Amino acid sequence: LRLIYTTTTVQRKNIGASGPEKYTEEFIKKQIEEFNLGKRHLANMMGEDPETFTQEDIDRAIAYLFPSGLFDKQARPIMKHPTEIFPEQRKIQWGEDGRPFHFLFYTGKQSYYSLMHETYEKFLNVQNYQDQLLAQDLLPQKEKRNLAGSRWLTKIELEEMLLEKLSDDDYSRFIQLLQKLMTLPCGDMEEKYIQKFSREVPAQLQKVVIEPLKYDERGVAFSTGEGKRKTAKATAVVYDNGTGKITVNGIDVLHYFPVLQDREQLLFPFQFLGRVGKHDMICTVSGGGRSAQAGAIRLASAKALKSFVTEKEVEFMRQAGLLTYDPRVRERKKPGQEGARRKFTWKKR
Amino acid sequence: MLRSLKGLVCHPPKLDHASALHTAARGCLSAAGSQGLQAPAERARAVFCTSESDPARHSQQHEGRHYSIPLEEVKVVFPHGLPPRFQQQIKTFNEACLMVRKPALELFTYLQNSNLAHPAVRYLIYGERGTGKTMTLCHVVHYCMRQGWLVLHIPDAHLWVKNCRELLQSSYKKERFDQPLQAAFWLKNFKTSNGHFLQEIKTQRKYVWGKRESTEEGRPLGEVVEQGLARARVACDAVGVVLREVRQQCRPGSFRLLVAVDGVNALWGRTTLRKEDKSPVSPEELTLVYNLRKMMMNNWNGGAIVATLSQTGSLFKPSSAYLPQELLGKEGFDALDPFVPIPVPNYSPMEFESCYSYYLDRKWLQHEKAHTEDGKEELRFLSGSNPRQLERLVAPL
Repeated sequence: LRLIYTTTTVQRKNIGASGPEKYTEEFIKKQIEEFNLGKRHLANMMGEDPETFTQEDIDRAIAYLFPSGLFDKQARPIMKHPTEIFPEQRKIQWGEDGRPFHFLFYTGKQSYYSLMHETYEKFLNVQNYQDQLLAQDLLPQKEKRNLAGSRWLTKIELEEMLLEKLSDDDYSRFIQLLQKLMTLPCGDMEEKYIQKFSREVPAQLQKVVIEPLKYDERGVAFSTGEGKRKTAKATAVVYDNGTGKITVNGIDVLHYFPVLQDREQLLFPFQFLGRVGKHDMICTVSGGGRSAQAGAIRLASAKALKSFVTEKEVEFMRQAGLLTYDPRVRERKKPGQEGARRKFTWKKR
Repeated sequence: MLRSLKGLVCHPPKLDHASALHTAARGCLSAAGSQGLQAPAERARAVFCTSESDPARHSQQHEGRHYSIPLEEVKVVFPHGLPPRFQQQIKTFNEACLMVRKPALELFTYLQNSNLAHPAVRYLIYGERGTGKTMTLCHVVHYCMRQGWLVLHIPDAHLWVKNCRELLQSSYKKERFDQPLQAAFWLKNFKTSNGHFLQEIKTQRKYVWGKRESTEEGRPLGEVVEQGLARARVACDAVGVVLREVRQQCRPGSFRLLVAVDGVNALWGRTTLRKEDKSPVSPEELTLVYNLRKMMMNNWNGGAIVATLSQTGSLFKPSSAYLPQELLGKEGFDALDPFVPIPVPNYSPMEFESCYSYYLDRKWLQHEKAHTEDGKEELRFLSGSNPRQLERLVAPL
């Protein structure tokens, strides 16, 4: 009897619906054995110890043995554990007699409903415990949980966990239930259970490092900053107690940037902070064109001015986009088109 | 452009750091609040404007202030001397206002103390682009006119060495070339500015213009000028005659002569003109240039030579060159050596304030942000205190 496999893998954006290949468990096991053997062979080839050959070593070895110039990292040769390569699949859910294992199979989303049942069960337990404590007047203090650093699972992550497709409604109901559970005073009991469904938020508010001011031999405060824009690199040194004089590569700014637009770019950080005539600046710049050099100096001077200014103003500068590196670079020309976007003239015949 | 962002994000409160001039003006304004509106306005105006319209009386205390020249005088004194943008400004504002600056004052002291028995001293005004050299020259010309000197003002020597349509072979000397148009234009303007001198100066030699025309000895110079204007062919020679006569007759006893040349580096550079066989013309081969060079030599006495270097119209010179050595070339430098160099810098903070208040007073700055301190700082930064840049910036506001 050939066993039928359910092919409902989770539809992810990068991996489309599973193709004609269907992975059996034996197939996966065989792949794992082959992977391990291959790992040992690779270790021998590279002259390393097969026992302590980690995944990073494998990656390095493959990159060395099969150098590839492809831009897409995922298109290059990889050798990873089969569980990472072959997506997880649901195993067969009914036995030989056709009877499903799980009691909720016929709901269609068995894992989702079982999860809801579990969570609600825990919720009821907590409530009972709380009632008991109330009866004895022993309500524990509510400890504030650190909400700022954690977030709930996203819908996609939940789908991956359950190996089932969900609808938005289902997802929101589950999250609401979790939140209700957490707000109860005795919810700390189920801490471990809840932690399965929450993730740490990676340092979202990266603390912008503000360097302290340096003082040169005359006693004047100064600070340096670096900036880049589109192949142009610039370093700026901003001095305090100045008259607004700017020198670029040893040349006065009026001579180096005869165009008004470039000088306006340089003016922007100072004008934003209201310190137009107060600082002197000496910068060096190389590479790029006229506009790129102006943009690079602007970024460098904004970074240098961070040290002179309060944190709130630094936040304003960041929101104004003065401290962000401009990622725009020249787009490459594609074959079959005249430029990056421009197509050849279309002739009807 | 980016200035609009300023309004979106709130600024921390900052102190109002007004300069000394403005506090004085505001002090006056607040003190005279009860009086009519006329008095405070005039007092505020007095900060950057002066009513002294005679350059002879300008001194250190007037430094940085504007003085106005009556329009009729402008037509007489400067028929061709002022830069075109300034002429447009005169038309717009209906008055000609010049700023008194240090280089001009320096020149005045030199001219007043110069000994006329000595050979003419040469003063060379130099500076970066757009710092006000031509305006300084015009100021000096006005001063000398008021003093009663005879002024030979050549507005731009570069006009004589480029873009000439007609090149005639000179009748006087075979290898030289004439430029009738430029010569006629200059003679006309010379007549307007120095009309009264033309009757006094008499020719010392007989000049023959052609088969039938000639000027006898002892005739007023005005006739030579008429001759030049009437017949284009002899215009250049007329110019040469005028220059020569004036040079010879200028002595400590009689009138005093000022030779004011703008763009003097054109006389020793290259030209863009070509002969019919496509070989380039060198400046010596042009009659006008040749005669003018003779004027620039200091072998005559009783006056002064004031010259300006100009990179703007110069040919074949890089735009960053502004020193006399670079712009004049070796030949020119040797010819002009020795001279008194007078550098003209960008606006000092005080001068900048004065110029800004002048524009404000004339209601030239219409943008609402331009009236604020921030706007002023912005203008100062963007123009780099360069007069030309400031004028161009302010034009569309």
